[in-house]
Amino acid sequence: MAEEDIRMFPNMVTPNNPVIFDKSVCNGCNNCVATCVMDILMPNPEKGKPPIILYPDECWYDGVCVTACPVWQKGAITLNHPINQRARFKRKATGEHFRIGMPNPPPPNNKPPVSGWDAKP
Amino acid sequence: MNYEELIKDAPRWPYPVNYGKENEVACDVLVLGGGIAGCWAAIGAAREGAKVILVEKGATVSSGAGGSGVDHWHCVVTNPASKISPEEFAQALLDSRGGWRNGITGYITSRDSYDCLLEMEKMGMRIRDSDDEFKGAEFRDEATKLLFAYDYTAKYCARVWGHNVKESVYKEARRLGVKIYDHVFISSLLTAGGKQGSRVVGATGVNARTGEFYIFKGKATVIGMYFPQRQWIFSTEIRGLTYSHRTPNLTGDGHAILWQAGAVMAGVEASSPGGAGPYGFPQYGYGNAQNTWYACTMVDSNGKEIPWVDRDGNVLKTVSERYRPAPGQRFFISGGGEGPDYRYRGPSMLPVKGQAGPPGAAPDKMIEAELPLYADLPSMPEQERRVIFGLMIGQEGKTVIPIYRTYTQAGFDPDKDLLQSYSLTGAPQWRQMGGGGVISGGGPVVDWNLMTSLEGLFAAGGQIFFNGDHAYAAATGRWAGQHAAKYAVSAAEPKAARQQIDAEKTRAYAPVMRKNGIEWKELNAGVCKVMQDYCGGVKSETLLKLGLKWFEEIKTGEAASAFARNPHELVRVLEVFNILTNGEMIMEGCRVRPASNTALGFTRSDYPQVNPPEWQKWITIRQDEGKVKSGELSLDYHGDIKKNYEAHSVKRS
Repeated sequence: MAEEDIRMFPNMVTPNNPVIFDKSVCNGCNNCVATCVMDILMPNPEKGKPPIILYPDECWYDGVCVTACPVWQKGAITLNHPINQRARFKRKATGEHFRIGMPNPPPPNNKPPVSGWDAKP
Repeated sequence: MNYEELIKDAPRWPYPVNYGKENEVACDVLVLGGGIAGCWAAIGAAREGAKVILVEKGATVSSGAGGSGVDHWHCVVTNPASKISPEEFAQALLDSRGGWRNGITGYITSRDSYDCLLEMEKMGMRIRDSDDEFKGAEFRDEATKLLFAYDYTAKYCARVWGHNVKESVYKEARRLGVKIYDHVFISSLLTAGGKQGSRVVGATGVNARTGEFYIFKGKATVIGMYFPQRQWIFSTEIRGLTYSHRTPNLTGDGHAILWQAGAVMAGVEASSPGGAGPYGFPQYGYGNAQNTWYACTMVDSNGKEIPWVDRDGNVLKTVSERYRPAPGQRFFISGGGEGPDYRYRGPSMLPVKGQAGPPGAAPDKMIEAELPLYADLPSMPEQERRVIFGLMIGQEGKTVIPIYRTYTQAGFDPDKDLLQSYSLTGAPQWRQMGGGGVISGGGPVVDWNLMTSLEGLFAAGGQIFFNGDHAYAAATGRWAGQHAAKYAVSAAEPKAARQQIDAEKTRAYAPVMRKNGIEWKELNAGVCKVMQDYCGGVKSETLLKLGLKWFEEIKTGEAASAFARNPHELVRVLEVFNILTNGEMIMEGCRVRPASNTALGFTRSDYPQVNPPEWQKWITIRQDEGKVKSGELSLDYHGDIKKNYEAHSVKRS
């Protein structure tokens, strides 16, 4: 299979995929750009498009970009732990082993935290 | 030829860049650092009527060591349900560490922490179980509806819904008219006449997006920039940029500029084992029984429960007993190995062979168990399980998305699942500054007004030597802000020395003048390697002098060729310069303590005698005309805590 447009690239930095944007949901509001402590996200030159993850290796995975997003619960932005940070768990009753990010995971547990997602006094 | 030279059409930098363009602003109180301490300092000063400017390297709405949230609010000993007094609590904090912590900030926090918490509630953070979701729980006070952690008898530590803590203090600071500069890296302190050791009159800054230069002038200045967190370990693959509990942009910029300005520093030689292996990002996201997870039942791979014991080694029969003082004990401090002093030692889980135990766990007490271990939330009483995972994990900013959301979407159910634990030991040469736990590291010495040795410069939060965490940052921030405002009223107009500003501009912009050289990540890794090799777990004069020689060479060699291609990279380079400066400061601090010391995690092969009585004191260091000068400070320099607190407390206007 002859490919014509193969380019030279340096290796990617590691890890390089700390957040995943869903282009169909993200409206490019850049709230995540404004709140990132490490300033790793850059506004997309094209208005209305998800930000560019310019410095993924500087991410410390606090997730403030996610909660800053007005449509995060619709999946506009999802935090993505690198493989060496994906914890394991075991179902007590059955002994089945699971982990974060596994293929064919168990069904999600959709219970919100105590007092809901945006608790105030 | 470098690959980058081939790229002709890389995307343009999204912000307008104007390196060196000067912006000059003046105020009564200048606050450096927009974390918890900085925001509270700004609030405290603004309420006193001061015109306040706050400068933050990241985004104030979310930045800082406590920026992403809080689940425990410590030291609320003045709450109506508490069974102990602030005096006995502050004394216990000191005693439990053999006197090796800051007595001034410990008492200010014991007195003011609860009041700060009540203020947080007014600002929009939930602090009590007003919906009665935990009605009847052992950790709930029915009258106030406050929830407590650790010692359910003494009730000095509150569990809170702290996901929006930064948003709340940020909004309050803005409401009070504080002018906030985000994305501005503070590069130096300005001193009267540009002289080391003189009155602080302001600071310089570089914008991490535009590259513009800032001259901030303040009649008084508060510095709250935490303590160095990227000093020994640098590996984005293993642990991300950080190896600690805190955000990786906490590069100790405050320490570096204090050191350069000639401030007196104490305790900088203290360090502890750090970088506990992987699982750094989802902090609190692995099975354990400490801190947020205190006192979760742990089981081994066969489901066998790991026993908990009281301070005398008696096995505890119920979960409830893990939250209670031992018979005859008034209260315990934190738990899980936090209090090495027998008087305040709490219940703990027996350490397991092959698994990192609580600090100081005796090897003869280690038990056999089939690894891996798991946190057994399903076996915990329903309210304990829900308060750990649903509230502490579910409502703390750093955990709500990384753990609660991520884990539950992956199917994790605290009612059904065991969360795996890991052996969290790092390489022995991996260290972190300070004492670990809630104790911060060495830093500037402060008086009862929280003024540093430099006139006009106050310090707050983790910046201060051997202070504590979140509640301490709030209480000392507010206190420092009030005193800075008071000082500013009668202070002379700040005058900056042009020569000092020009020299700083030359230094700060040198990396963008170069087209090639060393980039910041390699430099950071190199500096960290020198720390590991010459300032690791065991130190000696020979090693330290070699380390300092390395640093001198790096300064005039590799670092002098560091380059940056945009303002973001420029700030990263300047941060690494600070890590290098702090490395020198730490090594100098190690050289002037010729004695091993257990409380400071300080071992010298050339002075093997441990804790000799003549060295049971703080050793201070500072720079004077570029020379290192040392001094000393007694462990009880705080004096009579109650009397001093009352003499220095600012009655709110």
